[in-house]
Parts: sequence; C-alpha cells; structure tokens
Amino acid sequence: MASNILEMRSITKTFPGVKALSDVDLEVRQGEIHAICGENGAGKSTLMKVLSGVYPHGTYEGAIHFNGEEARFGTINDSEAAGIVIIHQELALVPYLSVAENIFLGNERRGRLGLIDWNQANHEANELMARVGLNENSITPVGQLGVGKQQLIEIAKALSKDVKLLILDEPTAALNDNDSEHLLNLLKGLKEHGITSIMISHKLNEIEYVADRTTIIRDGRTIETIDMSDPASTQDRIIRGMVGRDLEHRYPERIDHKIGDEIFRIENWTVHHPTQPDRVVVDNAGMFVRAGEVVGIAGLMGAGRTELAMSIFGRTYGRGISGEVYLRGEQIDTSTVSKAIDNGLAYATEDRKRYGLNLIEDVKRNISAAGLGKLTSNGFVNGNEEIVVAEHYRAAMNIRTPSVLQKVGNLSGGNQQKVVLSKWLYTDPEVMILDEPTRGIDVGAKFEIYTLINKMAAEGKAIVLISSELPELLGTCDRIYTLAFGRITGVMDVKDATPEALMTLMTQERRTSASAGREGTAA
Amino acid sequence: MTGIANVKELFTRNLRQSGIVIAFVAIVLLFTILTDGKLLRPENLNNIILQYSYILVLAIGMVIVIIGGHIDLSVGSVAALAGAVSGVLVIKDQHPWWIGVLAGIVVGLIAGAWQGFWVAFVGIPAFIVTLAGLLLFRGVTWAVLKNTSLSNFPEQYQSLANGHINGLLGGNGYDVFTLLIFGLGVAGYVFSQFRARRKSIQYKQVVAALPLFIIKLVAVAAVVMWFGWQLANFKGLPIVLIILGVLVLVYSIVTARTVFGRHVYAIGGNLTAATLSGVKVKWVNFGIMLNMGFLAGVAGILFSARLNSATPQAGNLFELDAISAAFIGGAAVTGGVGKVSGAIVGGLIMATMSNGMQLLGYPQQTQYIVKGLVLLLAVAFDVYNKRRAGAR
Repeated sequence: MASNILEMRSITKTFPGVKALSDVDLEVRQGEIHAICGENGAGKSTLMKVLSGVYPHGTYEGAIHFNGEEARFGTINDSEAAGIVIIHQELALVPYLSVAENIFLGNERRGRLGLIDWNQANHEANELMARVGLNENSITPVGQLGVGKQQLIEIAKALSKDVKLLILDEPTAALNDNDSEHLLNLLKGLKEHGITSIMISHKLNEIEYVADRTTIIRDGRTIETIDMSDPASTQDRIIRGMVGRDLEHRYPERIDHKIGDEIFRIENWTVHHPTQPDRVVVDNAGMFVRAGEVVGIAGLMGAGRTELAMSIFGRTYGRGISGEVYLRGEQIDTSTVSKAIDNGLAYATEDRKRYGLNLIEDVKRNISAAGLGKLTSNGFVNGNEEIVVAEHYRAAMNIRTPSVLQKVGNLSGGNQQKVVLSKWLYTDPEVMILDEPTRGIDVGAKFEIYTLINKMAAEGKAIVLISSELPELLGTCDRIYTLAFGRITGVMDVKDATPEALMTLMTQERRTSASAGREGTAA
Repeated sequence: MTGIANVKELFTRNLRQSGIVIAFVAIVLLFTILTDGKLLRPENLNNIILQYSYILVLAIGMVIVIIGGHIDLSVGSVAALAGAVSGVLVIKDQHPWWIGVLAGIVVGLIAGAWQGFWVAFVGIPAFIVTLAGLLLFRGVTWAVLKNTSLSNFPEQYQSLANGHINGLLGGNGYDVFTLLIFGLGVAGYVFSQFRARRKSIQYKQVVAALPLFIIKLVAVAAVVMWFGWQLANFKGLPIVLIILGVLVLVYSIVTARTVFGRHVYAIGGNLTAATLSGVKVKWVNFGIMLNMGFLAGVAGILFSARLNSATPQAGNLFELDAISAAFIGGAAVTGGVGKVSGAIVGGLIMATMSNGMQLLGYPQQTQYIVKGLVLLLAVAFDVYNKRRAGAR
C-alpha cells in the first residue's frame, strides 16, 4: 500500500456564526488522483483554502501533515514552496501577457544582474507546454487562446513550480468534452510521473473515469472515502453520500405535460463576430418552440449557442445581424433588451455572477431588476411592494437566504441561480431562454431547477434550454436542436434521441468553417 | 417574520454608515474642545453653512456619479464657467440678477450634456472626459472673463449665498420664522420616520425596537432644533440652507425611490447584468453627467454670489473636496454603493475640519495634509471592512 502524501486530521474552521468545517479528515496517497465531491457550500473550497494556506495556520483547528511533516502554512507562498499548487475554477492568468510570461509570473527566470532571461523562459515554457500537450507559440498572448488551453497553461505553470500535489477546483466546468477528456488524460499522465492530484468536481462521469479514490463531504463533515476500483462505488452511491438521501430520479417527472401552439420562432438568423466582421458565428439558423415545450440546444463549446441566444435577446452579441423573430406568428422587434423584454422574451445568462446578478445588491433588488416597471408609478419605485414580490419568489422558488435584504453575493450558486430565474419570471415572459442554468450548482439544487423548468412549461411558457450536458437535455427536453459551428445541424424528438446520435450531429463539420469552433464562446 | 433589531445589530448592520456619523461627532467634539467652543458659536455655525454650501451641492451630484461607477474631475471648472457667464451677463451687460442665475444653470446643463455625450454615447471613460473638461472649461472661463475678475453682483444675487431670512414673524432676539421652519422640518422628519416604520411592520420587515427608535428620533430632533436655535439667535435662516435642504430632500428621494436612481445603482454594481436586465445604460449615464453639470452650475452661482465676484480662478480643487466628501461618506471606489446622506455627512466632516483648522490658525499646508490623510483613512477603512466581510 502506498504511503500518504497528505493527511489532514480533524480540521475545524469556524467563521463568525458558521461552522464551515467540522472535524474533517482527508488522506491522500502518494501518486493517486483523489476526487472530492460535495454539494455547493459543503466545505470543499474551504478545505482547500485551509490546505493551501489561504487561511493561515492558527485560524483553524486540527493538523496537516504533508510528506510526513507537520505543515504550518502562513501564506500561499509557503504551501507552494512545499509543492502544493492550487488551480482555481476562475483561472488566474493575465490575458495580455504571453504564455511564457504567465507561466513564470511570480517565479521569473532570472539571468545576469537579476534581469529576466527571456530566452531561457521561452525555452522552458515550450518544454512545459509539451508536457501538457500544448502546441502553441510561447509568445502568444494567453487571451487569444481558448479556455481549454488556458487551463492547460495553468497546469504548465504548476509544473514549473515543481509541484508534488496539484489541486484542481472544478477544472472542466468551462471546458467542452474534447478539452475535458484531454485534461483528464493529462492528469492520468502526470500520475505516471508521480504527481498526486486532488480534483474537486461535480461531474460524476469524470470522477469515475479518472479518480482512484473519492472523498465525499457534506455539511462540513467527511462522509466517507471510497475506493473507485470497488464495484460498489457507483455514481448513485456518490450522489447518495453528497445529498444524504437517495436520489431515485435525477430528473423530475413531467406532470401536466401538454404542448400547445407555436409561440416562438426564428428564421434565417445570421450573426457575425463583433470584431471580425467576416466571420459568421450563427449561420442562417431557424427554430421554433411551442407553448409548454422545453426545447434543448445542444452544441459543443464554440458552436454558437450563447451567441445565438444573446443576439436574439436585444442584440447583446455580435453585429451584422439579420433574420426574423416571431412571437405567436407575428414578427417582433428584439433589437434592444428592453424591446425584447417587452415582447415577452427572457434570457438567463450562463455566467450569472458576471452577467446575471448585481452581487453587491440585495436579493429583492436583484429580483426586481428586470421587471422594475411593474413596481413603478410615475417613476417612483414602491419599495414595500418590492419586498412582497421578493418574499413571494423566495417562497415559491425556495431561495434559501436569511432575508430578502441579504446581498446576493453571499448566497450559494444554486440559490443565486434561483434569484436569476425569479428575476425573469417576474417579467412574466412567454419565452424563457435558459443558458446553462445548472452550471456549477450541486445535485440537489439542480433537481430543484429542473422542477422549476417543468413548472414553467406546465404554465404554458416556451422554454429554450442551452446545455453542455447531454443527459440534462435528454432528461428535461421535449425536442433537441443540435448546433455545430454556427449551423443548426438537426432536430430530434427526445424519444428518438441518444447521446451518440446527438454527438454525431454536434460534430458535423462543414469543411470551410472547421477552425471556427476552436475559439471560446466569450462575448 | 417581523423582527426587532437591538442596538448592536443596528450598529453592525450598517457599520459604514454608523461609523461615519460617529466620526463626524468625534471631529466636532475634538474641534469644539480645541477651539474652546468657538466652533459651535452661532456666528461660526452660520459661517460654516455659507462658506461650504457649494461643496455640499457638488457632493450630492458627485456621489451619484460615483455610485454609477464614474468620476467627475471637471466640476470646479464647470462651476467657474457658470459663475463667469453669470458675471458677464449681470455685472458687465447689466441684465437682471435672475438672468445670471438661469444662465449659470444652463451653462452647467450644457457642460453636463457635452460630457454625458462623450461618456455615454462614445464610450470614453469619465475620468478622461472630465479631465479634458477640467482644462476645456477652465480655458473657456478665462476666455469669457478675458482673464480679469468681475465684481459687485446686485444685492439679490449676493443674498443667494450670503442672505438670511430674518424677522419675518418677529421674535425677541431670536427669529421665530427660523425656528418655525426648523420645527416643521423636524416634525416632517419624525412623521415620515413613523410612517416608514409602520409600513415596514405591515410588510413584516425587521425594525428597530420602539424605545431605540424614539431615542434616535429625539436625539436627531434635539440636535437639529439646537442648531436652529443657534441660527435664530444670530442672523436667522440662511437662504442657501433652504436651497441645500431642498436639494438634499429631492436627491435623497431620487436615489432611493426612483427608477433612475435604481438604475444608477444597478449599472455601478454590475454593468453587464444591468444591460441584460433592460436598463438603458447609455441614457442613465447621460443623465448622471447631465445632472452633475446642473449641480456644478448651481454651485458656481452660489460661489460667485458668496465671493461677490466672478474670477477665472474660481472653483480650483472643488472636485477634490466633492470627491472626498462622497468617499468619506461611504461611497464605494468600485461603484454601486453610496448615499446622498452619507455624502452630506462626508462634506460636513471636510467643512468642520477646514473651519476648525482655520479657527486654530493652522496654515494651508497643514490643512491639505490633514484632509489628504483623512480621505485616505476613510477609504482604507472601507476597503478593510469589505475584506473582512468577504473573507469567507
């Protein structure tokens, strides 16, 4: 049996009023890939912050042994010196600096007179990139690369620091399937070279694929550590451990499921890239949604899903937009966000923190942000009615917050997403476009979101669901459109759809635009 | 879930706001002791109001600019230009005094619209637009005044900044009208507070316990009435205080209760989220800058009336006082946070310190150094608080 590289014993971390971790134990063996699972707010990130010295020794109880010695990290620099490198979900790269500059940022290769030796740095950067399977020029600005490649550069940066224990927080959350697979295989490759990894992830398939052992954390406590080679270690067992209950169905059943007349239709929808006017991002797309219908849009990263949605919603993405939008058969104007909202459209963004919420503002003002007109007479907002509205959604959507006056930034991801949905429901839309509504939120909250989607459909709304997760689309939609390189390549009834069939359509390339799909989707 | 908040809760819930009031009280006490009570003498209180009113007017506009995530460096130059145009019309061309007032406000609006156009519709950061405006409007001021000062405004014009309403209802050594206005103000305040509290309870919100609530009202009323008594004992009610009072009232309502106010907070808090929620960001930004121009025009008129002259150097460094007032009053450097009442208290802190140091005969250099450090510490306190709150 391999020895333990890391032992965390009885870690307890208290914040004013909250016990974030209580007696957590974690053992990581030398040379393994160790997954950590848990719902949002379970304490995974806090545990990693304790380990990496973000919370210095003395601010928590318990002991950490790393490489057989007791570790007392006062800063992140201490833990990095010991060989522990953490890669956060939000990448810490400077977009305007080159690959080599980013890799050696804070760890510069000095030559004579203490000046930076760029030849040496670029040379080493190339070697490091080769180790992570990247073939880029070391002087390319990082911002020009896609998210998947940026993630690999983060790993290269970690390797440059002689990492012994690599911690990855949701490394594949923003990656498409190909990039995810590459990353996971890279982790396996690093394992062969003796690098131990801890991976925090929500994606159970990935954990099953890559992890040797998995520790499940719930409510700040260790539930169990399971050996993934044991046939009893199924995804259902992990889910059970995470949520503390049996989740018989990951997708709620549809009740009251009646599909009515067509509500929403787009035709000949073409969008060009905002800064490269020749580049077609959405190519002559057409689709329709009926009342009470949930229609999925499946596509890989860069297929143009978000671009399609945002260009429809007030032309918030792209230029050179042409095509028609119809509501109940009549053409409508969606050229600004307020016109789109007035015409019954709502768009819940894929990046709720950056595009969806005012994090420094409270729950009630976020809920009222898009439908403020309904609370207004003569330009004055009725603050008391606003509270009534917020309380209504807090109850109806089961938003877990001590008060509607709580700042949204203090809520967990799932509850933040419920605030976003409440905001749009309050505008009483006929068409609800949901862009990755369950990204980065835990299994329990996902189930709640699916239930809400069903409820909205049952109320006769037309729902468009954009998602990277095929099981999610198959579990919640009635029909699924596939989008590849800006073109709609097919539509399938969910009864006939299989992941394999969808994936075939999603990867259906047109030779002339083969390179278009490699870029990120960021607007 | 009607809840009653105790002292500690109320205090910690709004640490920044309560902190600023405590700091203000401490500064007043400090200078009262240092000046042997001169600070709080009727003539000095009257003087503080007349001397610093224009800073408070600017602070109201500036806090809105800062909440929206911008900054305005040009307010001093715009104020100078408003005073200059007014001076040329009234002193040189012998137009009636109110033409000067209107012209000053129009100048402010035009300057505001100009800067609003570049900020909102061209998309140039306000820092750059208003830095350019600082030079541009100063240059125009010099051109308008042909590099000389104009003096001696008509009496009505001067009284906007220096005049008092006195003896309207008689009184023996104290002005009854002043006391009446203050009394009405306090009554209105108490009434609106009670109404808000009743509504809050009706809507099941957390409110302060009744004794605590009453103590707070009595304290505020006592301080305000004492202040009124001091003024009534001196020259009566300063006209500029009426102007200031109306502006504070109107802008408090604008920021807290109107859609425009809401949208300012929304774009300052998260610009993209506001855009995607249907906020007409360009027009809101235009409105913010236009409004700042308007208030800079008002401040320019008050300042020229106070000086009784229009000079090319008027309004130098006004922007720094106004920006300091907003930040000391709790506005966030990153936008999205701030209050008109906070900016007023921040402005009063700056005014009290300046006045106190002048009474003590401190030289200008000391005053600059002290004010600079106070601004730095106020924002450092804010940053520290945020870090502590966000440490989880």
